[in-house]
Formats: sequence, C-alpha cells, structure tokens
Amino acid sequence: MDKIRFERVTKKFLVRDEHKKGAQREFTAIQNIEFTVREGEFITLVGPSGCGKSTLLDLLTGLTKPTKGRILIDGREITGPGLDRGIVFQQYALFPWKTARGNIEFGLEAKGIPKSERKEKAEYYLDLVGLKNFADRYPHELSGGMKQRVAIARSLAFNPDVLLMDEPFAALDAQTRETLQTELLRIWKKTGKTIIFITHGIDEAVYLGERVVVLTANPGTVKKIVDIPLKDRLEDADVKSNPAFISARREVWNLLHEPEFQGAHI
Amino acid sequence: MVTINKPATKLNKPSKPQKSSSPSLSAFVKAFKNSIVLILFVLLWELAPQLGIVERTFLPPFSEVIRAWWDLLVSGELWRHFQASILRSLFGFLLALAVAIPLGLIIGWYPLARDLLTPILELFRNTAALALLPVFILILGIGEVSKISIVLFACTWPVLLNTISAVKNVDPLLIKSARSMNISSFKLFYKVILPASVPTIFTGIRMAGTGAILVLIAAEMIGAKAGLGYFITYSQYNFLIAEMYAGIITISLLGLLINYGLSSAERYFSRWKQ
Ligand SMILES: Nc1ncnc2c1ncn2[C@@H]1O[C@H](COP(=O)(O)OP(=O)(O)OP(=O)(O)O)[C@@H](O)[C@H]1O
Ligand SMILES: [Mg+2]
Repeated sequence: MDKIRFERVTKKFLVRDEHKKGAQREFTAIQNIEFTVREGEFITLVGPSGCGKSTLLDLLTGLTKPTKGRILIDGREITGPGLDRGIVFQQYALFPWKTARGNIEFGLEAKGIPKSERKEKAEYYLDLVGLKNFADRYPHELSGGMKQRVAIARSLAFNPDVLLMDEPFAALDAQTRETLQTELLRIWKKTGKTIIFITHGIDEAVYLGERVVVLTANPGTVKKIVDIPLKDRLEDADVKSNPAFISARREVWNLLHEPEFQGAHI
Repeated sequence: MVTINKPATKLNKPSKPQKSSSPSLSAFVKAFKNSIVLILFVLLWELAPQLGIVERTFLPPFSEVIRAWWDLLVSGELWRHFQASILRSLFGFLLALAVAIPLGLIIGWYPLARDLLTPILELFRNTAALALLPVFILILGIGEVSKISIVLFACTWPVLLNTISAVKNVDPLLIKSARSMNISSFKLFYKVILPASVPTIFTGIRMAGTGAILVLIAAEMIGAKAGLGYFITYSQYNFLIAEMYAGIITISLLGLLINYGLSSAERYFSRWKQ
C-alpha cells in the first residue's frame, strides 16, 4: 500500500542574481520528483550535496510548500506540519534546557497526552533506545550518539506513522554510527514505521534501505530507485560481504559517479 | 573470588583518610588565596592613618569606621537610609523588568520592529542615565518619582536589548524542530523561545542590577532626604568622616549582595548550559 506519494514535486527558491545587482532569480532546487513509498517501508535517499535532499524533507514536514506538484500521505495532501510525521536532524535539535526525559515528554505534550501518561511513555522510549539510566541528564551531559538516541526516542514517542531522518548519523564516529544503524533497524522491525532516511553514505544507504532512491543534482531529480534484495540484515552478521549487498552497493556507486556528476561533491 | 577480593579491600582502606585530608587542606589554601589581599587591604587601611602615613581626618582607621558603622546600625539610622535606597532601587528595577522583558520578547520576535527600533534603543542605552538626571528632576521634581524613574530608565535598556538579541539568536533548528511537532505559536513562544532566551536575558538583568545601585546613589547625592547617597553627602558636609566611610562600606556590601543574588539566580536559570 502507498503511504507517501510524490506527484511531480518541484521546489523553486528566489535567490540573488549574480549578474544583475539587487535582482532576484528563480533557482530550481528539485524538479518533477515522482515516486512512492510503501507503508512500513525503509527507504533511503542518496545524492550529491546540494541536490535537494533536505529540501525534499522540509516539504515532507509541511513547513514549506512545493512550488508545483503535491505530496500525499495516505492519499491526503500535506498542508502543514503534523504529528503523523516525526523528524530527526543531523544536529539532534534537542532542547538544551530539558533533560533527556523532558525532551521526550515535549513531543508527548504537543500531542496532548496527559501528564500522568507522559512519564511512563518517556520511560518506555528511553528504554527502547537504551538510555534508561540517563533520563535526567541534560543534552550537554550526553555524547553525540546518546543525543541522537534521545532525538530518535523523542520522535518515536508521539507515535508518528512516518519517521523522517536527515543524515542522522553523519556527525557520529564510525563505530557509534554502526551501532545506531543496527539499532534503528531493530526499532524499525519492532515498530513497523515507514522511514525516509537521507544519507551521504552509500554503505549506509544500502545497508538500511529496502530501496535506495538515487538523486541527480541541479536540479534534483530521481535518477533511479535501486531495489536492495537483502533479507534479515540483523541476522546476518556479515551482511556487508553478502554478494547481493556488494552488487547493490556497486550499482549505487556507479549511479552516483556517472559523467553528469563529475565535478559535483558527494 | 574471595582471595582476589581481600587484597583489594585492604588496599582501599588506607587510601581513604588520605583522600579526606587533602580536600580540607586545599579548601584552606583556597580560602587563604581568596582572602589574603582583602585582609592586607584592611590592615593597610588600619595602619596607614595610625602611623600618620595619611591624614586621619580624611581617612580614619578602619576600626574607627567600623565602630561608627556599628553605632549607626544600633541607632537604626543606617537602616533607615538603607531601606530608602533599597526600596527605590528595587521598585525601579522590578518596574524595568516588567516593562523591558515583555517588550523585548515582542520586538525580538518581529524582524521589522527589531530592525527599526534597535538603533534608537542603542542610542538610549549609551546615553548615561546620570546625564539625564537634570531632565528627570526638571520634569518630575526631586521626590521619589524622579529617583525611581531614573533607576527604571537605567535598568530598562540592558534588559531590553539583551532580551531582543536573545530572542533573535534562538537556534532556528530548535524552532523548526518544535514547529514540525505542530505546536501553536503561543506554545512555541512559551515553551521554546522563552526558555532558550533566559540565560541572555539574565545577563542583561545582572547588568541592570549593578546599574540600579549606581544611578540611585548618584541621584540621592543630588537631591534627597534619605538614602545612602544622601547620607554620604550629608556626612561629608557635616564633617562626619567616619560615618561617611561607614556609608560607603554599606554601599559596597549592598552591591556585593545584589551581585551575589543575581549571579546565583543566573546560574540557576542557566544550569543546563555547559
Ligand atoms: N531557503 C533557501 N533559499 C535558497 N536556496 C535554497 C534554500 N534552501 C536550499 N536552497 C538551495 O537548494 C539546493 C538544495 O539544498 P538542500 O539543502 O536541499 O541540499 P541537500 O541535498 O540536503 O545537500 P546536503 O547533502 O549538502 O545536505 C541547494 O543548492 C541550496 O543552495
Ligand atoms: Mg541536507
């Protein structure tokens, strides 16, 4: 079943014109994006820097609107932000004056969950991300990996259908990133959320995604959607040496390194 | 297991008294470091007039000043002036907070208001409040109103400008994150903008607290019938030099007290910062 549907989505920005002083011109960040995400699917988005991945995510949050086209969730057009979508940013975006627990309760409060239930729910999600003993720490007292766990718990706690993640692990060291990747898979299995995950890492995209959407730059369009035929990534300890993984990885790599990308930074 | 544990506990025990003795020593060293210069200062103040290095009519020995201070305290005279000063400054200060914080939050939130008003606010902030004292007296007379008004004036600008810049500098990602949870503008303001701004606002409040005393004392020196500023000039005119110094010491203590109070409050409200 289709959960999210992009229908010829275009987003243009007004930017300063380099040639005419004081003038503005239109800049097309993404153009005619069209694809669907299935219910409960884990989909990853890769593409060169500046190809419009974050722009796409902003459109999904409903904080900005497409210039043309529309995005449907469960068949209804997105008109604004909503608690059916949870967002996780690369820079965590935790409220520094709230403890880990307070941050998680923030979203619950936004949803209108009564105070008595908030504590219990926060407890549950802290436990889910393995931070039961850090509930009363302030963000500055947590490591980067812990902060991102809190951010994930915060987004999960108000129980959205869709989890939107913009390079959530990019600021973490390799080992923490790997741990969080497997944990995210575990959480996905357990909760059955639809996840849209943006990344720069080809390995990460292939390891996490059931499908990988490869985008082109200037303007951002869908180049290809690659199916990743891996099952039970969590059971297979050495999934990255699996031939299916290797060939999928090569395909994504090739797509990102074809001539039109030359000169672009990935 | 048991055999391994035993030596460990044996090793732990003797180390305990060592650990507890060193903090008390270092605390002593710290207290010494903090107070030594202060003690020397008092000693110098005591001895210089005693030994005739300075004229004791102009600078009586410390002990004499303290005696005068004590007498004033017991007679209730000092309390009367202290009370007059603290009530005026507190009144003006709190009034300034009540005006400047809400106003700053609003101005900070609207970029147009911010851009239009910041230059003139900066101008006011940098106009020494005392330079305007004649104007205040001219318009409001020499009663309580003019004194409270000048404190209000002096306290308003640092709080207002800090509040505006606090709101302006709230991390946009936090706003985005909160907005994505579909919370109302009012809640966004109350739950995100306000708490994020508190530390910067408090820096302004602390600046205002210091300013409040400064301008009030000066205002009292020019025209008042009570208050520490009045008391100091009165003592000077009547050649009550020890009393004059007693008044000055009281002002120092008052300043320290206010600064300590506001710093602790600031620390409390910023405890979530590194
Ligand atoms: N508010 C804006 N105004 C003008 N241009 C913008 C705005 N936001 C994004 N852009 C432009 O749109 C393009 C896409 O930006 P976006 O942030 O979506 O890229 P991205 O794929 O997320 O890049 P990265 O991988 O580096 O995060 C960029 O060229 C950027 O300069
Ligand atoms: Mg981005």
